[in-house]
Amino acid sequence: MVRSHILVCGGTGCTSSNSPAIIRALEEQLSKSGLSDEVKVVQTGCFGLCALGPIMIVYPEGTFYSMVKVGDIPEIVEEHLLKGRIVTRLVYDETLQESGEVASLDDTGFYKKQMRVALRNCGVIDPEDINEYIAYDGYQALGKALTQMTPEQVIEEIKASGLRGRGGAGFPTGVKWSFAAAQPKGQKYVCCNADEGDPGAFMDRSVLEGDPHALIEAMAIAGYAIGANKGYVYVRAEYPIAVHRLQVAIKQAKELGLLGEGIFGTDFSFDLEIRLGAGAFVCGEETALMTSIEGNRGEPRPRPPFPAVKGLFGKPTVLNNVETYANIPRIILLGAEWFSKIGTEKSKGTKVFALGGKITNTGLVEVPMGTSLREIVEEIGGGIPGGKQFKAAQTGGPSGGCIPAKHLDVPIDYDNLIAIGSMMGSGGLIVMDEDSCMVDIARFFLDFTVDESCGKCTPCRIGTKRLLEMLDRITEGNGKPGDIEKMEDLCHYIKENALCGLGQTAPNPVLSTIRYFREEYEAHIYQKTCPAKVCKSLLNYNIIAEKCTGCTLCSRVCPVGAITGTVKHPHVIDHEKCIKCGACMEKCRFGAIVKE
Amino acid sequence: MKSLEELMAIREKARQGMGIRNDKHEGTRVVVGMATCGIAAGARPVLSALVEEVAKENLDVQVGQTGCIGICQYEPVVEVIEPDKEKVTYVKMTPEKAIKIVHKHLMGGEVVQEYTIGKVGK
Repeated sequence: MVRSHILVCGGTGCTSSNSPAIIRALEEQLSKSGLSDEVKVVQTGCFGLCALGPIMIVYPEGTFYSMVKVGDIPEIVEEHLLKGRIVTRLVYDETLQESGEVASLDDTGFYKKQMRVALRNCGVIDPEDINEYIAYDGYQALGKALTQMTPEQVIEEIKASGLRGRGGAGFPTGVKWSFAAAQPKGQKYVCCNADEGDPGAFMDRSVLEGDPHALIEAMAIAGYAIGANKGYVYVRAEYPIAVHRLQVAIKQAKELGLLGEGIFGTDFSFDLEIRLGAGAFVCGEETALMTSIEGNRGEPRPRPPFPAVKGLFGKPTVLNNVETYANIPRIILLGAEWFSKIGTEKSKGTKVFALGGKITNTGLVEVPMGTSLREIVEEIGGGIPGGKQFKAAQTGGPSGGCIPAKHLDVPIDYDNLIAIGSMMGSGGLIVMDEDSCMVDIARFFLDFTVDESCGKCTPCRIGTKRLLEMLDRITEGNGKPGDIEKMEDLCHYIKENALCGLGQTAPNPVLSTIRYFREEYEAHIYQKTCPAKVCKSLLNYNIIAEKCTGCTLCSRVCPVGAITGTVKHPHVIDHEKCIKCGACMEKCRFGAIVKE
Repeated sequence: MKSLEELMAIREKARQGMGIRNDKHEGTRVVVGMATCGIAAGARPVLSALVEEVAKENLDVQVGQTGCIGICQYEPVVEVIEPDKEKVTYVKMTPEKAIKIVHKHLMGGEVVQEYTIGKVGK
């Protein structure tokens, strides 16, 4: 008889920090202690608090163990599972109270302000067991839609909920569905964009890994709503765990008759296939994605015609992203009214953000729309490590922009982000502290888009390249007066003339950093300095003679022999030889080396 | 899948045993002292009996374990913690006594006085 469940995170983050070995060790140790029949080990999806992985929760106590190592397993089994004594040294310290009691996870700073709709089952169920999904109300929404609602009612419900596309542009999902539904009867398709390409964003991967049935259920609902009997999930081949779990889930859904012919005893049939993408950023653009599914080179084409009219294989197609779909079953089951009460006037529901960069709690968070950036960074994210100052946050990845400290209190929703020069994008949120150079950040993103530009249209292919060249020059100390204005002109030209979303949004990181941090660009161009001391060409390492004790450590760690001096006498750095690696500064115990 | 009823039947079956994962459980909790002293005195079969009986009767009761509470001579110790009520401590438990507690106390709402620390201790 099972009396305890141990949930171990099997998301990509914890998997790479060795959670599969932990599961094996747990099972071995439980069997040694004769507890195999009493304790069930469950591999789940992502809990969100990736910074503390590998993560494990022991029920019924709800004890949250973090940064667990294989070597800790015998102690956990012996102490906690056999003797009922919680291993306090491994408990997430935010849940540990002074009395020694362990508080609920929901009361910790990281989880308190979160609201999990799209991620509701991630870290809660075993994604490879359809029964667990069903136990948590899975496939009820599909059953309700098929047996109690007409396709028109389904679309009306989604429209009324106010759900907007979570992939970036924020187009109302119900409206998109109604366009495809309005097309004459015949072959139609439902597609899912799981080609998550923004650097740092991984919410779609987490849904696929932690709750793949939610996607299957939602796509079947979409198929019923628009009159399609076939769906494709386009997912990156770089997401092997996600692909595997989705394959398992599709197989299980077919076995139970939740995919296939005559679902829920109706005449509705729906089938789902996976298509693997080769990892090109442009294939996250809808027309390029469909071209790629068709077997062609992933290049965008002009719109209109929109996919709802002429999409995959020239047929009417609905394409949504994973997070959008993950909301659908809840809306159908709990109603549009429930959903539309969450969020702001024009942005309903919740949004998942992938927190990264200079932040304590790196991971995945889901908050109601309208939550401020300050709440996300300072409360949920746990602030910036090392007592550093917040400088800016980049939302929307290479398509988005920077949000400076003065906008920390803006309620985040689609429209507010656009008003302050950024965009929601897929929800990547990279936090930068005072040590980040904004010109370098812009250069980093441009480097990415130049690499990923498909080359079909000139404004993007050549325009982004010219932008990158100018940024390179500026960061190398060769910026010229007038460069900023020239870049701004070029940015606007690219935005207006590029063929697809990739090119149209590529200049955003440049424009927003110029908008909020123009003085940093000017310092690079006119004073030839990098205020954040990042751009190597613009700084020198020097030794303060008064502080140097002549310990010789720096000269020994210098890889190019640029530091000279005798024992117990101040050393000197030869700027000609110095490659500015910073090794000497890191090693100096007397703070005698400075970047200037 | 032919009907919503069929799905709900699968759901009911799948939900059994999933209650363990609710750490915000607000109903009755039963904890068994499972430190070295408890195990040596036979706490494990008591725990198993409780878990099985609660599941068999389909009760909304959470069965967990705890460490040593300092009355080792009275092990195995079982505590029944009901919301807004005083905690009841049963001592010198056996699987048979535990099953009786499930029926009388947890289902019938009647404290089994003869097994409590107040009676046994005297």
